[in-house]
Amino acid sequence: MLQIYCPHCQELRSEEEFSCGGEAHIARPLAPETLTDEEWGDYLFFRKNPRGIHHEMWYHVTGCRRYFNATRNTVTYEILETYKVGTQPSIVGEGV
Amino acid sequence: MKQLNRLPNAGRTNPDQNINFTFNGKAYQGVMGDTLASALLANGVDVVGRSFKYSRPRGIVGHGAEEPNGIIQLGSGAATVPNLKVTQVELYEGLEASSVNGWPTINFDLMGIMGWFGRLMPPGFYYKTFMYPQKLWMTYEHFIRKAAGLGKTPVEADPDVYDKLNQHCDVLVVGAGPAGLVAAREAAEAGARVIIADEQSEFGGSLLASTQILNGVSASQWVADMVEQLKRYNNVQQLPRSTVFGYYDHNFLTILEKRTDHLGLSAGKGQRVRQRLHRVRAKQVVLATGAFERPLVFAHNDIPGVMQASSVSTYVNRYGVAPGSKLILATTNDNAYQTAIDWHTAGRDVVAVVDSRQSPNGELVEQVRALGIQIAVGHGVIEAKGGKRVRAAMVAPLNESGSAITGEVKRLPCDLIATSGGWSAAIHLSSHTGAKPVWDESIVSFRPGDSKQQECSVGACNGTFGLRDGLIEGATAGAKAAQLAGFGLGAVQFSPVELVELTQEPQQALFLVPHSRPPSRAPSQFVDLQLDVSAGGIELAVREGFESVEHVKRYTALGFGTDQGKLGNINGMAILANALNQSISETGTTIFRPSYTPTTFGAIAGRDVGELFDPERYTSAHRWHVEQGAKFEDVGQWKRPWYFPKVNETLDQAVNRECLAVRNSVGILDASTLGKIDIQGPDAAEFITRMYTNSYLKLAAGKCRYGVMLKEDGMIFDDGVCACLSENHYLMFTTTGGAAGVLAWLELWQQTEWPELQVYFTSVTDHWATATVTGPNARKVVAKVCQDIDLTPDQFGFMDWRDGTVAGVAARVFRISFTGELSFEINVPANYGRYVWEALIEAGKEFDITPYGTETMHVLRAEKGFIIVGQDTDGSMTPADMNMDWIVGKNKAFSFIGQRSLSRSDTLRDNRKQLVGLKTIDPNIVLPEGAQIVSDPKQPIPMSMQGHVTSSYYSANMGHSIALAVVKGGLNRLGDTVYCPAADGATVPAQIVSSVFYDPKGERQNV
Ligand SMILES: [Zn+2]
Repeated sequence: MLQIYCPHCQELRSEEEFSCGGEAHIARPLAPETLTDEEWGDYLFFRKNPRGIHHEMWYHVTGCRRYFNATRNTVTYEILETYKVGTQPSIVGEGV
Repeated sequence: MKQLNRLPNAGRTNPDQNINFTFNGKAYQGVMGDTLASALLANGVDVVGRSFKYSRPRGIVGHGAEEPNGIIQLGSGAATVPNLKVTQVELYEGLEASSVNGWPTINFDLMGIMGWFGRLMPPGFYYKTFMYPQKLWMTYEHFIRKAAGLGKTPVEADPDVYDKLNQHCDVLVVGAGPAGLVAAREAAEAGARVIIADEQSEFGGSLLASTQILNGVSASQWVADMVEQLKRYNNVQQLPRSTVFGYYDHNFLTILEKRTDHLGLSAGKGQRVRQRLHRVRAKQVVLATGAFERPLVFAHNDIPGVMQASSVSTYVNRYGVAPGSKLILATTNDNAYQTAIDWHTAGRDVVAVVDSRQSPNGELVEQVRALGIQIAVGHGVIEAKGGKRVRAAMVAPLNESGSAITGEVKRLPCDLIATSGGWSAAIHLSSHTGAKPVWDESIVSFRPGDSKQQECSVGACNGTFGLRDGLIEGATAGAKAAQLAGFGLGAVQFSPVELVELTQEPQQALFLVPHSRPPSRAPSQFVDLQLDVSAGGIELAVREGFESVEHVKRYTALGFGTDQGKLGNINGMAILANALNQSISETGTTIFRPSYTPTTFGAIAGRDVGELFDPERYTSAHRWHVEQGAKFEDVGQWKRPWYFPKVNETLDQAVNRECLAVRNSVGILDASTLGKIDIQGPDAAEFITRMYTNSYLKLAAGKCRYGVMLKEDGMIFDDGVCACLSENHYLMFTTTGGAAGVLAWLELWQQTEWPELQVYFTSVTDHWATATVTGPNARKVVAKVCQDIDLTPDQFGFMDWRDGTVAGVAARVFRISFTGELSFEINVPANYGRYVWEALIEAGKEFDITPYGTETMHVLRAEKGFIIVGQDTDGSMTPADMNMDWIVGKNKAFSFIGQRSLSRSDTLRDNRKQLVGLKTIDPNIVLPEGAQIVSDPKQPIPMSMQGHVTSSYYSANMGHSIALAVVKGGLNRLGDTVYCPAADGATVPAQIVSSVFYDPKGERQNV
């Protein structure tokens, strides 16, 4: 069971207080109606699913009910950082 | 009955305290301090079970978690426990145990005599059987379970109580052998909060059976002193009888503490906790889990009387039991010579030591020589002889590598063969962390690999097999772990333990003792005793093309038993490597996963059973419903009235009566469970409009609007009414089950995509109690208890809401309807819920107001063709599929969530499944929900599925059954006849009709 640092509560809390929201940093297209089916499909369905460094949303659902982002290694399950929505990760990397 | 094998030296048992027990119905006596294994051995019980596949007689081999054969059922009745190892059951007065595998009896085994069972089950049996023919598996499985026996689960409820403890500590030490004890002491001295856990009844590990002198005192005295020292620290928690069975992410470990098992079944009498699950988050972990002795694999090495050398020493030294009289010790190393000394000291006969090495001369070897014991160097035991007990060992000279027999085979009579092939580090917990074990040729063992967790391994589980080195490693690690957790400077505080350790010569790596015949033709050389996997079986798997160790494991079932291959797994890997012409390093090992040893469901469940299994939510009128004899239905965690039967009424009768009452007079429904989200802020209307398919920008205060929410893929996700309470203030209703998900959904979009929108959400579901009064007489009922709202239709119309008082309580009254009848949804603060409910019941008496439940609610809305999200939709349905195009705003400025997906080529397909009504030709047949729909009942299988039934009821108002269904292109097929094949082979014809059965113009709600 993971231990996750909530950047809003500023505390390490147990995974059971959180739910995972999938890949982070996917901006909603500003004008969806102008997109082709393929472009819209990319936004809708395609995710990186890397082996290694992954930026993903977490939701402190039974805590402060705020979303934030985490940089997690999908191989070792290390959480390398958590940061607020609207900010950028300090750790970036390709899948290993 | 006399304990033939009991020694005058009692070891750590108390010979003055006799304990009576039975095994397979026969009475025996043991002594205080015995395990069931030591007591059975003391009584000369050779056969404790039958093997899984070949049904061969099997005896006790080990003394701990590695025991593969002595698997028993403890007791009977509700508290019976299956599949315990005799080596891990502490003896108590009145204990009753029986073998799990042995049918009809362990000594006369029908299957063994028939002898065909093994031939039916070659390696890969499960897979070959699973693949083809599948039907036969059911037959086999029944027979296998009965014949081989996997224990019996109790059928009654568990009478015991269990609990869970969430704990944090600075340093968790796993294992209280020598390395663990000193590690705990150093960490404690540094000031760290320490938990030290050990699976055995007492701390000490290998020292409990050791003749070693430490700091000038006996090993057991040293252990006792250490335990006393640790007790003096109030920052140390000692957990004996506690197995750390799982090591999970971020240093989260689980410990199963057995608190009353050693006192008897249900000794806690349902009061004291039987077992406790510790869920520990540790800053640092020190693994000191020791090692398992590796057996030597040779022909018929499964005959009772073949044991682990260290186990023989343990029974002699710790339990005062000599499991035989004439010992042959087969070894590849110096270490095991101690067993010969122990046996000799116990006054028993050592026939010979058979050492595979050509010229062993270590200090222990010389001690054995000095005792006059015969040592056959460069020899191996290649086969055991005997039936239900070893009678002789076949001994042969081996070449230097131990791979071939070089001379004449001799028969040496004996009744006990102790074997040692060296030691394998217990790397299980390290392996749980994802660390990849590393093979170390110099110690002939895997070592723990690098781990991402905050842990280290010390002592034997780290491949450090010497006692002195293990103690140094343990102390160093304890101090270091404390420092890493923020305590002390990392320096060892206590002086090193003084001891004299004999020097040892290198061991020989020997995993399979050769036979005169190759493994495929030799008598079975067992690698996994519990599942009857032999060296020949592993080689066969290789011949059949398996190369990966993980595949071979699954194909042969090597290590799949309740012992998880703790005994012979490494031998198996080595035999596989040899068959593949690879090194062990190249072959690798299988991954160990939790649980380390079997764990009871009771402990995992803890207190979360029965009514505490899941929280239950009640509406404020719940007690009234109970008093009226309502039957309840679970909707999420809510208990909702399902229907209100009168005396002797069936479900159907009650629902028919309730349905008719609503349409002919008035009914009342407890709708408090509907999700309610209070939404405020200057951008509330804009935000809500982005979430629903229709617009709320022009919704005035006092007005309500029905909305459908889509996911971004265009599929319906929730629906409900949203009311404008005042400017910038809205109340959103959600489905009962969808409430939490909708709130999370709103927060997701506001927080991550549109933080610039000023809007705030508060769940107010529990703040309000809702009573829906519905039916042609609804207005007359409400008028009796509500004087300050003008209820006339032109003042308070359909889809309006008003503030006022109902029965003197401040209320919000909504004219929204899920029945299609004139309806008032009366919301009052939850604490007044029952009071207002009863006032409405009282007011409705003259109209025979009828309380109804969810079943009637479902029927009434189906008569109107109103969908239930999650029942008529399944996450793949668009509004158009539901024939609800009217709900989608066509001219919204902002592209609402899901809008773009409604014009994807796939969502525009004209043969999508669409919501229609079904009317069975026979009006009394109610189609089963979920029934498949076909166009041609005579079409050969596989038939073309046209859709399925989503809702289906008998409608008393219509006088016939009704159903909602989704049918491919259904909206263009009104009038067609389709067919629903039933499970009994019949087909039910039905006509496709409009999904609105009742009041198609919607006039009744709008009065
Ligand atoms: Zn938080």
